Amino acid sequence: MSPHPSRDMASPVDRVGRDASASSDQRHDGLVMSGTVERGSFQLQADLTAAPGEVLGVLGPNGAGKTTLLRALSGLDALTSGSIRLDGLTLDNAATDTFVPAESRPVALVFQNYRLFPHLNVRDNVAYAPRVQGAARRQARAAADTWLERLDLSALASRRPHQISGGQAQQVALARALAAEPRLLLLDEPLSALDAKTRLDVRAQLRNHLKQFSGPVLIITHDPLEAMIMADRLLVIEDGRVVQQGSPAQVARQPATQYVARLVGLNLYTGTLEVASSRVHLDDGGIFTVTMGDGGLPAPDAAGPPGGRVLVGLRPSAITIHTVRPAHASPRNVWKGTIGALELLADRVRVQVEATPPALVDISAAAVADLALRPGTAVWLSAKATETEAYPDPGTPSPKVTEEE
Amino acid sequence: MTSNDRPPAGQAPAQRSRQGVRTVQATGAIPWPLGVPALLAALFLLVPLAGLLVRAPWRGLPGILADSQVLDALRSSLLCASSATAVSIVLGVPLAWVLARSQVRGISVLRALVTLPLVLPPVVGGVALLLAFGRQGILGRLLDQWTGITLPFTTAGVIVAETFVAMPFLVITVEGAFRVADRGFEEAAATLGASRLTVFRTVTIPLIGPSLLAGGVLCWARALGEFGATITFAGNFPGRTQTMPLAVYVALESDPEAAIALSLVLLVVSIAVLAGLRGQWANFGTAA
Repeated sequence: MSPHPSRDMASPVDRVGRDASASSDQRHDGLVMSGTVERGSFQLQADLTAAPGEVLGVLGPNGAGKTTLLRALSGLDALTSGSIRLDGLTLDNAATDTFVPAESRPVALVFQNYRLFPHLNVRDNVAYAPRVQGAARRQARAAADTWLERLDLSALASRRPHQISGGQAQQVALARALAAEPRLLLLDEPLSALDAKTRLDVRAQLRNHLKQFSGPVLIITHDPLEAMIMADRLLVIEDGRVVQQGSPAQVARQPATQYVARLVGLNLYTGTLEVASSRVHLDDGGIFTVTMGDGGLPAPDAAGPPGGRVLVGLRPSAITIHTVRPAHASPRNVWKGTIGALELLADRVRVQVEATPPALVDISAAAVADLALRPGTAVWLSAKATETEAYPDPGTPSPKVTEEE
Repeated sequence: MTSNDRPPAGQAPAQRSRQGVRTVQATGAIPWPLGVPALLAALFLLVPLAGLLVRAPWRGLPGILADSQVLDALRSSLLCASSATAVSIVLGVPLAWVLARSQVRGISVLRALVTLPLVLPPVVGGVALLLAFGRQGILGRLLDQWTGITLPFTTAGVIVAETFVAMPFLVITVEGAFRVADRGFEEAAATLGASRLTVFRTVTIPLIGPSLLAGGVLCWARALGEFGATITFAGNFPGRTQTMPLAVYVALESDPEAAIALSLVLLVVSIAVLAGLRGQWANFGTAA
């Protein structure tokens, strides 16, 4: 389907002419990808970089294109346009018809379901890459033993994949990938196949092993906690495009989309900022008074021209529920609504309030009882202006895209 | 456990206890319109084999089997069937892979054509082979002119005839396995640095191993029993092209006891094959 020759591998010296000046001295400049991949009617457009030693978490809902991204990076699929470079080496360039196939890329992929070869024992699984890359059987096994020892898996060496646990299989899959001595390591939902308890142990181990890897690491997940713990930086993909990049703290505090906001448990509103009055006219209706100078809006004059598109984040625990209209002196947002669903979380109740704008509110179970809240109860909501975090909407640099899902 | 509790066929099930503890019998009873034909079918298949055992000249058996002509036929049979299986594996496995994996248009037509010998009367196969590889055949004439080799009425001819008839059994079995094999393992191998040929050798073939074994045994058994194509293309020359089935057929006219003895040998071989395949047989059924 793609017109790439099977083995038109650019040598490390012969870098793409266009980038030659930029990368002439960058033997370890990490991963640089800018391009699109098409699979059927689905299109992924991704521009990303990952530095050596950096763990980039790729977060996104199912069907967002995360796996498509990994397949393009590993060489299982070709780019439709754009290019992928790793340490100055062109792996894929649609314009020059350069395509390094999976088998020739210094890229290893740990699959979601591990894909350990069922006919080989653990040692021979790990020895597979050295073996097919030309090592003698004895050397390959020695290399495998070294990796098994490093990952504390030596005891499993002679077991078959069906004789080990899911957590062990994950570690073996990692050992097998590392034994290929890749310069880019990709992990596709490495923990999703594990039960909750195993996941905690394996996550800690995985994090340690990834720290020791010298090249860039891409770890795909749809679990925000996993992403926050494992990754140095996050990349959020939705509907085939990158919607947010940033540190885990930044993404958690200032989510760019409703999807991320839900993951990190924030109420997120889109709106238009009126700088003079510090007020945001919300797209869902309603007006919020926000604080300026905090978070994403360093100073009122830096927020762009009046009428700039902003996102407003509001923690569910920062909202108070009242049964009568509250009267306060401090700048506060007060709005009216109706109780929707109530859900008991570990130590509090999450209340879904149908209002303009709608909100999720966390209150104590005692408060629910005191206020006699039940679905249909009319309530007032209030939130201090200092609790609202307003920041420029990164997903809408121009006015043409206004709708958030 | 349910089969042990089943009432004798044809007998009305006894009243069940109210608690429904014995409801398993509701599915255990065999209705007679199914049970009677099933019994007839089983008898039909087993009685002739039992007859072979009953009529076997047990006392004279060692003498008959020690006969040099019988040993020659047995040796020819084993040699030719094994050679035909080897040729089928060397050529048929790659063919099966291409049929299963190729996206080329018309591949399904090719698949139908190469499995034609499965349903073609073997004698027709023999005639077709003569027309292709006979001394006056399209390819046979060239072969004769260039190398002086002629296939008909030689041991090589027997192997050609058996391969022609038996290879499709291997091809369809292995092709089905290639089709259902998890491509994910092949992708994993590719990302670890294995070329396509290496992937085929180190991952694909081991993964379909059970089906390859089943297909190979099926192919071998078919080649061992091959009669029609062999006698048409290779003739019936003792010591050269006479295989066991041909020897049985010839002996039946002159020495029925010898025919029975030879048949017994083939029966034993077949049972041995079946026993060896016990585990693989189910696998074959799902893979093909």
